[in-house]
Amino acid sequence: MKIVKHSFDGVIVGAGGAGLRAAIEAAPHMKLAVITKLYPTRSHTGAAQGGMSAALANVEEDNWNWHAFDTVKGSDYLADQPAVDILCKEAIDAVIELEHWGLPFSRLDNGKIAQRRFGGHTVKEGESPAFRACYAADRTGHMILQTLYQKCVSMGVTFFDEFQVLDIKIEDGICQGVIAYELATGDIHIFETRAVTFATGGFGKIFKVSSNAHSLTGDGPGILYQKGIPLEDMEFYQFHPTGIYRLGILLSEAARGEGGILRNKDGERFMERYAPSIKDLAPRDMVSRAIATEISEGNGAGPDSDYVYLDLTHLGAETIKKKLPDITDFVRTYVKIEPIEEPIPVQPTAHYAMGGIPTDVYSRVLSDEKGTVLPGVYAAGEAACVSVHGANRLGTNSLLDIVVFGKRAGQSMVDYVTQTKPNSISDSASDDLSKKIQNLIDKEHTDEFSVANIRKDLQESMEENAKIFRTKETLEKQTEILEELRDRYENVTIFDKSKVHNSELVEAIELDYLLDMSEATVASALARNESRGAHSRQDFPDRDDTNFMKHSFAFKKDNTANLKYKDVELGKYEPMERKY
Amino acid sequence: MDINLKILRYDPESDRKGHWENYIVDAEPEERILDLLHKIKWFEDGSLSFRRSCAHGVCGSDAMVINGENMLACQVLVKEVGNPIKIEPIRGLPVVKDLIVDMEPFFDSYKKVMPYLINEKEPGDRERLQSPEDRDKFEDTTKCILCAACTTSCPVFWTADTYVGPAAIVNAHRFVFDSRDEGTKQRLEILKDVNGAFRCRTAFNCTSACPRGIQVTKAIEDIKRETLLNS
Repeated sequence: MKIVKHSFDGVIVGAGGAGLRAAIEAAPHMKLAVITKLYPTRSHTGAAQGGMSAALANVEEDNWNWHAFDTVKGSDYLADQPAVDILCKEAIDAVIELEHWGLPFSRLDNGKIAQRRFGGHTVKEGESPAFRACYAADRTGHMILQTLYQKCVSMGVTFFDEFQVLDIKIEDGICQGVIAYELATGDIHIFETRAVTFATGGFGKIFKVSSNAHSLTGDGPGILYQKGIPLEDMEFYQFHPTGIYRLGILLSEAARGEGGILRNKDGERFMERYAPSIKDLAPRDMVSRAIATEISEGNGAGPDSDYVYLDLTHLGAETIKKKLPDITDFVRTYVKIEPIEEPIPVQPTAHYAMGGIPTDVYSRVLSDEKGTVLPGVYAAGEAACVSVHGANRLGTNSLLDIVVFGKRAGQSMVDYVTQTKPNSISDSASDDLSKKIQNLIDKEHTDEFSVANIRKDLQESMEENAKIFRTKETLEKQTEILEELRDRYENVTIFDKSKVHNSELVEAIELDYLLDMSEATVASALARNESRGAHSRQDFPDRDDTNFMKHSFAFKKDNTANLKYKDVELGKYEPMERKY
Repeated sequence: MDINLKILRYDPESDRKGHWENYIVDAEPEERILDLLHKIKWFEDGSLSFRRSCAHGVCGSDAMVINGENMLACQVLVKEVGNPIKIEPIRGLPVVKDLIVDMEPFFDSYKKVMPYLINEKEPGDRERLQSPEDRDKFEDTTKCILCAACTTSCPVFWTADTYVGPAAIVNAHRFVFDSRDEGTKQRLEILKDVNGAFRCRTAFNCTSACPRGIQVTKAIEDIKRETLLNS
């Protein structure tokens, strides 16, 4: 196996919104490399649709404190309030900065950035839905990704496209570098560097029905988890209410922000029963539970009574064409119905990990529940848990998170690099990894231990036992299934033995991370005997602030996780019952 | 139902001549072509190589030639292309393996047209203003996902790979018609070059190929007109 060595001051792993934003901050101050397993513009930030919230007050009176209140309430009081204040306060400058870099926001008649309503965002702490989400039609994420990449191109940022980072080297608690696998050649690359940011995105592929790209396999969290770094709040996984039936393709909450209505098989606007004041614009965890409840009570539509309708027919062709062009095209392409005339079959789809690599508000990775900083290692975006989303993220806050904390990761890299001297990485640093890859190549292929078969069983069982509603019983069952899957994975084999673009080999390694993410999720969920935000235990239906006002920290231990806890950082908002 | 797929295979390590491989896959009419490729890769022949990520037409990874036309494999359903289905890599870029081509020349052309906002003026601490009408002027070309379906459908590009190609021109258009941008002169200087917009012979292949429905040929015509007006 050919080994190539590089030396950089800083490396960013992942080129979605968070990674690119970090790169823009860091690149002028150091020799920087951005490593991505895709091409930057293929990153899943580009799939985000509805908007990015900031209290610009372009449409009506607004205030970042109200945004913070909504975010904390939406999080079911698990978000750390000082971090939320940073997110919502810095949101305003973050949006303006993107506009200055060329982001083509939709505009109001007066030429200012247009803003729309979104789930859980309100005026004056719950009075009425707020026009807060800044948007570019229903392709806001695409525009953010393009704008950030364009900015990187203008700055001449160095990219390693289609390189898969597979390991980080930490010695005596100090980062030495990362090891990557070049897809086009099968070569191993050692990147000597003292500062690394992980911005690898989420891991929605642990579930069968998901809005996530195939590439979202938890690589960054997985690499660190295997090195003994904990994962925070893994039991909180968001299911988006409106995925296209069976396919899980996302239909933005913007559809409801523009006035779309959810209906059951009888045409009833059922959200009126679950959230009387803001109805269809309740936060995602509540709407997804409401849909799951309607379906389980026999109110679902279709031959299997397993979906509900998203009704846009009353919005009119003009609004749909101007404000929701992409998602209505998805419906035409994949369901072959005309959303201007017919309601759309939808069901909840796995969407977003609130949990991930623990960081402080400077995007520095924490190596334990006591807040010990791991020098030189940073994380941002969906891969990280600051925590600004707590137990349930509000729509639009993820695009905000990637730019606000991506920037902070970049700044922290600059601080660290200017205060430290380069360290050196050994030429043998990639030996373990080369051996692992060689073993996969050498082992004879069998169907029983194929990547796809193990992954299929993983996704189907997670869907069945650890999705919207959970109980001790389903989670214990899933724990056993995960043990069996882990045993099978120990023998995983691949059919493709080639060096050039061996994507099966990459999928085999990604599956390791998917198993890690599932193990941490299920162990954390089993230990949290309450229902809060997206974590809904039918055997413990109430929130328990006395015992669980705390973040979980899952440490990898054999094939499960050892759990520790850290208190939530409260602020000016006292926890109260979450009603909308 | 059984679908017959014919896929053009190429492996630089073991099959430098390339060959057509036949696969029979059980599929529903509503399945995506990408789903069929996955069935082969995951359950039959793990060596079949292709790019993919989002699987719903927004990341631009899986452009390929399906029954003679450039499409995204994740955006086309079985019932739309019939049976059998013939799949080849997109044309005009060097094939690396199976359905994977070398994208570097494509991105190099994109970078040539300065695909970023150029405006040296201090913007102040609020957004620059732009009327909805001005915003609409470049709406169409903001949709580009850089999948290369347009450029690799262009007969001019097939014969002259020095031509910047439709995708690069689309991305120049996105800035030339943005009222906030001041780099028009520099970009048009690049595009009036022998390898620029005037190489286009208005075959309209690019417009048919665009999976995002961008009026690519119109955008190229807009750039040609703008170049003439500015010279």
